[in-house]
Amino acid sequence: MTRRSVMLFGLLFALFVFVGIATGVQYTTLLLVQSFAYALIALGLNIQWGYGGLFNFSIMGMLMLGGAAVTFTSSPVNPGFWASEGPMLLGRAVLGLAVGLALVWGVGRIAVKGRLKAVLVVASWAAGYFIYRTQIDPAAAYIETTSGWVGGLGLNPVFGWILGGILAAGLALLMGKICLGLRTDYLAIATIGISEIIRALLKNMDWLTRGTKTVSPIPWPTPLPQDLQAAGMAVNDSFLYARLGFLAIAALILVVALFLVQRAYNGPWGRMMRAIRDNFISAGSMGKNVTQRQLELFVLGSVLMGIGGAMLVSFQQIYDPGAYQPINHTFLVWVMVIVGGAGNNFGAIFGGFLIYVAWMTSDQVAQAVLSTVSHWSTDLGWGAIPEIESRASQMRVFVLGIVITVAIRYFPRGLLPEVRRQ
Amino acid sequence: MMNELIFFFNNVVVASIALGSIYAVAGVGVTLIFGILRFAHFAHGDMMTMGAFLAFVLAGLFATLGWSVPGLPTGFIVMPIAMVLTAIIAFGLDKAFYAPLRKRKASSVTLLIASIGVTLIVQGLIRLIFGSGAASFFETETKQLIRIPVPLEGVTRTINFTQPQLLMVLMTIVAVTVLHLFLTRSRLGKAMRAMADNADLAQVSGINTKLVVRVTWIIAGALAAMAGTMLALDVQLKPDLAFNIVLPIFAAAIVGGLGQPYGAIAAGYLIGFAESAAIFNWSVLLRPLQGILPFEVPVSITFVPTEYKLTVAFVILVVVLLWRPTGIFKGASS
Amino acid sequence: MSLLEISSLVGGYGGAPILNGVDMQIDQSDIGVIVGPNGAGKSTTLKAIFGLVSVTGGAIRFDGEEIQNSLPDRLVPKGLSFVPQEKNVFTSMSVEENLEMGAFTRTDDFRPTMEWVYEMFPVLREKRRQPAGELSGGQRQMVAMGRALMSKPKLLLLDEPSAGLSPRYVLEIFEQIVKVNKAGVGILMVEQNARQALAFASRGFVLATGKNRFTGTGRELIADPEVAKSFLGG
Repeated sequence: MTRRSVMLFGLLFALFVFVGIATGVQYTTLLLVQSFAYALIALGLNIQWGYGGLFNFSIMGMLMLGGAAVTFTSSPVNPGFWASEGPMLLGRAVLGLAVGLALVWGVGRIAVKGRLKAVLVVASWAAGYFIYRTQIDPAAAYIETTSGWVGGLGLNPVFGWILGGILAAGLALLMGKICLGLRTDYLAIATIGISEIIRALLKNMDWLTRGTKTVSPIPWPTPLPQDLQAAGMAVNDSFLYARLGFLAIAALILVVALFLVQRAYNGPWGRMMRAIRDNFISAGSMGKNVTQRQLELFVLGSVLMGIGGAMLVSFQQIYDPGAYQPINHTFLVWVMVIVGGAGNNFGAIFGGFLIYVAWMTSDQVAQAVLSTVSHWSTDLGWGAIPEIESRASQMRVFVLGIVITVAIRYFPRGLLPEVRRQ
Repeated sequence: MMNELIFFFNNVVVASIALGSIYAVAGVGVTLIFGILRFAHFAHGDMMTMGAFLAFVLAGLFATLGWSVPGLPTGFIVMPIAMVLTAIIAFGLDKAFYAPLRKRKASSVTLLIASIGVTLIVQGLIRLIFGSGAASFFETETKQLIRIPVPLEGVTRTINFTQPQLLMVLMTIVAVTVLHLFLTRSRLGKAMRAMADNADLAQVSGINTKLVVRVTWIIAGALAAMAGTMLALDVQLKPDLAFNIVLPIFAAAIVGGLGQPYGAIAAGYLIGFAESAAIFNWSVLLRPLQGILPFEVPVSITFVPTEYKLTVAFVILVVVLLWRPTGIFKGASS
Repeated sequence: MSLLEISSLVGGYGGAPILNGVDMQIDQSDIGVIVGPNGAGKSTTLKAIFGLVSVTGGAIRFDGEEIQNSLPDRLVPKGLSFVPQEKNVFTSMSVEENLEMGAFTRTDDFRPTMEWVYEMFPVLREKRRQPAGELSGGQRQMVAMGRALMSKPKLLLLDEPSAGLSPRYVLEIFEQIVKVNKAGVGILMVEQNARQALAFASRGFVLATGKNRFTGTGRELIADPEVAKSFLGG
């Protein structure tokens, strides 16, 4: 930690104290918990972009997958589903999928070349998809009309967070295998496309996620305010202490993740990664498989994103696939890393906290500004500004845009730049 | 059978030509910017939205002034003005955000990130000024439906499309023709192709590359406003109107081969068709053939459920990127 | 006073300078040839003249005017043209369109110049509707030179015009260059085929580590035993 980072983190602390005084301790704890989750996600992107120079615009997809994981793991068991034909139908759908994939795999290995092969491959994909559809469509319709959705497993949310990390890793592995060879701007477009496909799936697979009907309440790993109230605590205190409990776990995860990442970064593995990124060694000249190394970074970063996404969903206690937006969940994290300083873990975390607070409070600031202006214009006889509240809530998008364009133009290396060592 | 074919025509062909025109016009802008400036301009969708909102405001202004042409939707009358205004704004956006980065010789990734910033700024401004609700060009005017009867025996269905859809296609034809003439006949248009082909050599030849960049933004801005207004006229006007559609447009630009305007136009229609065809219920066409089919035709056969319509474009995009990133129409580009 | 006068030129790509004091003088009637080992700064000299490399010291005078660090769109109208070594045609555009791009800075009628280029390279007239990317290496080189001549330059800068051509075409290209020079265009070129090029050079420059090592007419340099030993491979 340099003097600059100590100073900036000091200012950040002062900012939180200020926000705490201005908005109350309860709101600040909420802000803090979510900031920790976002800092974890930003750390994940820093591993991918800062260490590896890998463009990832699919953060939203990773967060959604993490959220789906914790929803599935920790929601109460839906006995209606298990008692129905649903599991059997789903089993057949899984079997259909397996048959379809086997078909694709098999055709891929037929020793035919040229045009015929291409036709066969396309045909096998179509046939595999058709087989899967014939099984999943009735299963989905049946589950949605009888038991609503598959329900959860009723486990502790922490298992859901772990599953979130694992699912995100799986997706990253798949994406990395097929996309990492692409040029950077193509990679950006491909990942944003995949992210949108995931969003479309999770939003519309009502049998699995309830889609836009949303799932809630999702339990906490720590006692909920209601639990504390039942134990005789005052309502106000219960919110504070419950959130502090959640905060402790979030902070612990971030600190552990930071410690591990930092250690790896300063070790030979991190040096090699930076060398690959900066083209100090050309591909393969050290006998290392560069794509394999990049895949490691991509998966590792995505794990943190999956966990962070799961944490956010458990904290908010609701999973709403319709609420995910590329702006709020992909670009926001990018702004965090760029403003904080790509390549510097402390920078990414700093950016995570700073930008999240700015993001959450900018509409309140905008509302205050707009109402003041509205008062003036009323006094001047021009009439008030209509719909101040809904307009002000859009202010954050504008502010985010200004922040990122200013940062990229004037501080392209971020507030806490990467420390380049030889 | 004719009735079913007309149903197919109305639901797939008409829809895909309308949607394809929007993708084609917007895709040309994306592909030109990529060809000349070598970066993926993510804020293109928001330039479309901005153009559509400007057209909307102008339409309101025309309505209050009582200016109108009988039988023609005001949205189309004001479109050229909105195109000019958006072209000026696009030029300004370049000056304010991209030109300083180019001067610093920033990488294409930096420019891409800057374009995300511009997306957010424009999107935020639009919502701040217009609110986040939806609006329609046809609140006071009516959207005319054109029905053409088919003079064949036993045919009960008519060929249907809306007047805006017809005008859209006509305007697209005009725009594409003008663009084609510009690119192949005018000195500046040829210089644009030259710069897209080989920017270093263009500079060496003494081509005024700054002028070409300016013209590119003006053309891309005007086309974006046109595409956005057409989209708003065909569907409705929302602040996130084009944000959802920017990926299919990128898909059109990439499938057509980045930097290749004609590829983008063809791919725009291709993707429009793929989207419409993917959600069409093919049972309708199979049912009349029931007699000769060995199996019973199900109630519904669609490639994907309706809610996955946009996903079709994403899948095409990802598949093309992986299979042939230089586009399927022509090889080498960048 | 010569058409092009370079004195003590220093410059490079921003790091340590590559050129450390190059001196040259070329008249419109001259064919100047720059030879030297790899990394001597031969191509860099041409690029510095054409404003593609930043000049930090010394002076470049063209037609009596100081032109260092001017960009190509200012230099082309003054009568300077440059043919890069690689990627020197617009591959997706027809031969005729390539030539037109060379005349971009001109406001007068360029058709007579195009006729002149076609007379010099008759094969280009035959292929004028064909995309330049479909032509052979030698023909592409003609397109590139034709494009550069379209601005009616006083001096043509050629960066290794014979690179990648088979020996038969090398000779042909050199013949074309002499023909262009006879038509009144000064030539300054970088060449790997040093001996062959010096044979018809009226001025030769041997560069090493960004400095002139030897200067003289082409024949003088070929005859100089030291040049022959160190730079022409014995």
